[in-house]
Amino acid sequence: MKAYLTRRYRFSASHRLHSPEMSAEENRAAYGKCNNPYGHGHNYFLEVTVSGQVAENTGMVCNLADLDGFVKAEIVEKFDLQNLNTMQEFADVVPTTENLCVTLYQILQRGFSQAHLEKIRVEETMMNSFEYAGGGKIRH
Amino acid sequence: MVYLTRKAEFAASHYYHNPNFTAEENQRIFGKCNNPNGHGHNYTLEVTVKGEINPQSGFVVDLKELKEVLNREVLDAMDHRFLNKEVPEFFAKVPTTENLAIVAWQRLAPKLKAAQLHRVRVYETPDLFADFYGEA
Repeated sequence: MKAYLTRRYRFSASHRLHSPEMSAEENRAAYGKCNNPYGHGHNYFLEVTVSGQVAENTGMVCNLADLDGFVKAEIVEKFDLQNLNTMQEFADVVPTTENLCVTLYQILQRGFSQAHLEKIRVEETMMNSFEYAGGGKIRH
Repeated sequence: MVYLTRKAEFAASHYYHNPNFTAEENQRIFGKCNNPNGHGHNYTLEVTVKGEINPQSGFVVDLKELKEVLNREVLDAMDHRFLNKEVPEFFAKVPTTENLAIVAWQRLAPKLKAAQLHRVRVYETPDLFADFYGEA
């Protein structure tokens, strides 16, 4: 039978929303406070949902130790307590949570093969969250 | 179509073990969860049903009825129990979060008359949950 397993992780990082393609005024108009040149930070939450058949012998969609190991090594270790703007992933894109969400999805999509990646969800604050499934349908 | 979700909590203990695996395999695959004395969680169960609003009552489903079914079929059987030893489904099935969601669905689906079961979600901790939509 098919089930969906969701695991929640957290990391903290700073960022500044600023596009070199816009003037200083345009940046301020588009990003407001988030355009502060010194940046600001968030406690992000990442929810990773994987799906698949529940294995008869283990009762699992995938071994949580594998998912935890991957996310801790490839995401939490790399993004926690960093300034997103200084990371290679954001050299060419503004580190909005939309772009962060797509970036994290791609890291999982490329590197995690033990189960089907269904979707991810990123909370920037308790008040806003973003979901991405690589263009796939998001089930609620 | 309106979706309605009812939440419930229960506390239970379990351990992960497959008698067909060797002791080493059980340890390697299940890690700490293989401790035969068990360990516990405060589980949260979320049951989502869907249906059209009854024009007379304004309900999709009578919440009192849903609560009674939930209590009778799931909570009475699992709250303050050792899942491996006291819930028949887990005599031969590992009581993972995925299987808990499936078992809760199988217990609830035949008992819900007015509304159709849409999703069962089981939180093992606030950071881990499994969803089941009745898919094969």
